[in-house]
This record gives sequence, C-alpha cells and structure tokens, in this order.
Amino acid sequence: MIQIDCPLCGLRDEREFTWGGEAHICRPENPDTVGDEEWGSYLFMRQNPRGNHRERWCHSYGCNQWFNLIRDTVSHKITSIYPIDQLAPESGDDNE
Amino acid sequence: MHRHSILSIAKHALTGHRHWPQFWRTPAPQSHYDVVIVGGGGHGLATAYYLAKEHGICNVAVLEKGWLGGGNTGRNTAIIRSNYLNPVSTRFYDLSLKLYEGLSQELNYNIMFSQRGVVNIAHSRAQLRMMNYRVNALQHAGIEAEMLSIEELKFLMPLLRENSPSGRQTFGGFIQRRGGTARHDAVAWGYARAADALGVDIIQNCEVTGFNQSNGEVVGVQTSQGEIKTSRVGLAVAGHSSELATKLGFRLPITSMALQAMVSEPVKPVLDVVLDGTIYVSQSDRGELVLGGGTDVYNSYAQRGNLPRVENNMSELLDLFPAFSRLKFMRQWAGTVDTTPDSSPIMGHSPVEGVYLNCGWGTYGFKAIPAGGLTFADTIANGRPHPLIDAFSLQRFTSGALIDEGDSSGMDDKEALL
Ligand SMILES: Cc1cc2nc3c(=O)[nH]c(=O)nc-3n(C[C@H](O)[C@H](O)[C@H](O)COP(=O)(O)OP(=O)(O)OC[C@H]3O[C@@H](n4cnc5c(N)ncnc54)[C@H](O)[C@@H]3O)c2cc1C
Ligand SMILES: [Zn+2]
Repeated sequence: MIQIDCPLCGLRDEREFTWGGEAHICRPENPDTVGDEEWGSYLFMRQNPRGNHRERWCHSYGCNQWFNLIRDTVSHKITSIYPIDQLAPESGDDNE
Repeated sequence: MHRHSILSIAKHALTGHRHWPQFWRTPAPQSHYDVVIVGGGGHGLATAYYLAKEHGICNVAVLEKGWLGGGNTGRNTAIIRSNYLNPVSTRFYDLSLKLYEGLSQELNYNIMFSQRGVVNIAHSRAQLRMMNYRVNALQHAGIEAEMLSIEELKFLMPLLRENSPSGRQTFGGFIQRRGGTARHDAVAWGYARAADALGVDIIQNCEVTGFNQSNGEVVGVQTSQGEIKTSRVGLAVAGHSSELATKLGFRLPITSMALQAMVSEPVKPVLDVVLDGTIYVSQSDRGELVLGGGTDVYNSYAQRGNLPRVENNMSELLDLFPAFSRLKFMRQWAGTVDTTPDSSPIMGHSPVEGVYLNCGWGTYGFKAIPAGGLTFADTIANGRPHPLIDAFSLQRFTSGALIDEGDSSGMDDKEALL
C-alpha cells in the first residue's frame, strides 16, 4: 500500500486518492493549426518510464485537491510532492 | 525433436521419468541473425516458430532477459475467447482461437486447452443491451455466441447469487461456448520446443540493452551477452515496450500497469465455466479458483500488486458467490501489462526501419498468442503488415482510427468500479 502525503491533509492511504497520469503534458496552443502527428502525440504518447515518473494525483476522498508528485514506478517511493501549477523540481529524472 | 506419444510416455514411465531429454538447447548467441526477437514470452516464441515453419527463416534468435514465459505469459489467468466487438478484432481473435483448437497437435505438446465456455453477466439493463449488441455483432461475423437468461446462468453456475445485498442484480448474460482456458506455461514451452527443433536459438538471461542504428535503420542489438548484428528486430516485450522504444528514439501510447491474479486452495468442482466480468474466475484442473480483476490504478513496473485491488477482487467474488467466503487464498502475484488507450494491440512497423512492434496486449494478450505469432512472423518476413493486423498499426494514434475494445476487453467495467 502506498501512502501519500497530501499537501493539505497529511499522510493518507493510496485508496483515498485518484491517479491522474503523467504530469506536465501541454495542450498545443492552437489546436486548429496543429498537425495530426503533434495532436496524436499530445493525446496518446506517454513517457511511461521505468523509474521516476512525474504524475498528477487527486485526494478525491479528502480535500479533493490536485497536486503533482514524483514516484519511482518500480519501488513506488515518492521523492517529491509539489503544487499542480509548478514546474517539476530537478530530481535526477530525465523524462523531459 | 523427441515426439510425445502414449508409447513414449509409457517408456519413460517404466524408467521412472528420469530420462526425458531437454526440451530445447541452451546456445550461446551467434554474432549475426537474420531476425532477432526480443522477449521470450508467448508472442516472441510463437513468432520465432512461425518464422521458421511458415517462412523457412530459421536463423532466428529469441532473446529473453529472464526465463521463458517469466513475464505475463506465465502469470496470466489463461482465458481464451474471441467475443470482441469490432470486425478487425473478432477476425483476429477468432483466428487465434481456431489455432488454439489445433495447437496441441501442431506442437506435439499438450497445452490443455479446455473449451468449457466463457460467460459474461449483465448487472444492469444497459449492460444487457450492450451484450445483445455484441452477440449480434459476433453472430454476424460468423462467431458463435448466445444470450443467456437468468435461469440458464443459474443452471451453468449453481452457486451464483442472483441478487445481492449490495444491490447488485442479474439481468442475464451471454456465453461463447468455444472459449475456455489453456495451460499458460505449456503454450510458451510448446512453442519454444517446436521452434528450437526448427533451428531457432532461444537465449535466456540475455537482456537487450540498446540498439545499433545506421541511417535510421537498425543494424544490431546490444545485449548483456554482447552485440549481435541483424537487420530485422521484432519487439515482443509487453510492459517493457516503452523502455526499448525510448532507446530507439520514439514514444508509444502505452502505460505499463500491474495486473494481479490470485488462486485459492483446491476444492472439488464448483465452477465449470469461465466467468468474465468485473472480475474473472475459473476453476483449474487442480481445483483452485483462479481469480483476476482490473489493473492497479497507477503505472507500475513492480510485478507486484497493491492491497486495494486484492480487496476489490475479493469483495466482487463474494458478492457473486457468497459460498466461496470460507476459501483460503494461497498465492497472489502480478505482471506488468502494456495497456493502450483503445484496449487494442499495436503491431507492425515502428518509426525505425527494420524494427517491428508486437505490444499493447494489456490484459488480454494470452488468447492472442497463436495469431499474434503467425501474423507477426508474416509481417517481419515480408516487411509489410499482415492484412489481419493492418488496423493495429501504431499509425492509428496519428490518424485517429482507434479500435475501441474497452468493453470487450473488460477494461471499462473494471475501471468503473474504482
Ligand atoms: C495477472 C494477469 C492475468 C491475465 N489474464 C489474461 C487472460 O485471462 N487472457 C488473456 O488473453 N490475457 C491475459 N493477460 C495478458 C497476457 O498475459 C499478456 O498479454 C501476454 O502474456 C503477453 O505476452 P507477451 O509474449 O507479449 O509478453 P510477456 O509474456 O510478458 O513476454 C515479454 C518478455 O520480454 C522480456 N523482456 C522485457 N524486456 C526485455 C529486454 N530488454 N531484453 C530481453 N527480454 C526482455 C520479459 O522478461 C518477458 O519474458 C493477463 C496478464 C496478467 C499479468
Ligand atoms: Zn487532501
């Protein structure tokens, strides 16, 4: 069982949270002018790393806030938790 | 190859089964192969077999970082069915089911395919309508499937509880009678043994760590046992596909998730069909209940499942079959499955010339092994996608021609639960 330190509520079991997938995916500025390649990439292509993953979580059965964190996808160890509107802190991961 | 027959079994029985030959050789990798298959799961091994058998391409290596079938092929609940929705899917999966029907003969190896029927239950009117739609689509495609009344469901599964205190009701269901289960390890071992007999080198403990490219074409692979030259590489590494794609310089629409299964202590026969729904459960020949559900809810390479999913699977099982509440569960494990946005596989060309993809099998790729291997071998041998897998190309995520099997693969149901 993962425990996640919600920025507002503190340490809680993973079952209170909803995973929101990869963080920092940017919607193309002008969808009308974007080609299929770029649009498909935005919609579907993912880093899916083995190792550190920057991802979004929502504390759905608590404060209902979204936030970001960095989790190792093998050990599930969480190394950093940061606000949804912040750039990822440097953490040695290379998925840019 | 040492042929298996009643006589050979009798002969070995007389000598206490001490003299069975090795099923396959343990060769050291050569410096060059015509085709290198990465991944010694069912898809990789079947591909190697059909390359040799159907296309006479025998200078083939299968490179496996661990042991044969140690990935999802040896961890799955082994359900085989072809009751999908879209014509491209049903054609493909039904070919696979037909190949499974003859596979023990084809490989001279008993894969224990037991066609006991796969049953789905509707717990709402909407679900029942969707099943009707699916059954009509299947019958239209020439694939047998029939709706079941509540009485028929209860006849097939006497222990099933029709209406539970949780509010769950039963509205009906459907069955594909040709569906069933097979022995998963036997599928990997049978293909490995037959491929080896045709000259394929199966190399275990050999991890592919990188690729050599020249002018956008693959010219070799780097492995934990040295470099190997080749101009054709087939990737069949399931949940590890994104890792290798990153090394090749492209991304995939794949998310690797943990999918769990668990087995109970053995009991006398209590369930002789495969039930497929919010959870899937069948009884093995040894009498154990084999249970699975949806994936864990975040990406994972851990090959280890989390507790909320175990609890969820258990409560679903007991809601359907209260009689199982006294059963002890013996083992629980997980595999790293390669899920895609539309719950359909990705097969065919990759952005790198000479590298072919066979992935995106998610929670449903065991049933696909024979057809996956056959069409993938044909694709690699001819340098173009086999007609049956054309629609499964990576390109569909650019063109938008997705093949939504979220309902038939069970992914929708299971997500809705959480
Ligand atoms: C719990 C569970 C239940 C399931 N239930 C069903 C079911 O009932 N019916 C069904 O149809 N499907 C089911 N599936 C899905 C099915 O098991 C898979 O889709 C299928 O086995 C995939 O086969 P594969 O050969 O592609 O992958 P795998 O069997 O996973 O083989 C891939 C191999 O590649 C190797 N590999 C990875 N990286 C490298 C590398 N760099 N170098 C060398 N080798 C590498 C791995 O070690 C692995 O052995 C289930 C899966 C799980 C986990
Ligand atoms: Zn909170």
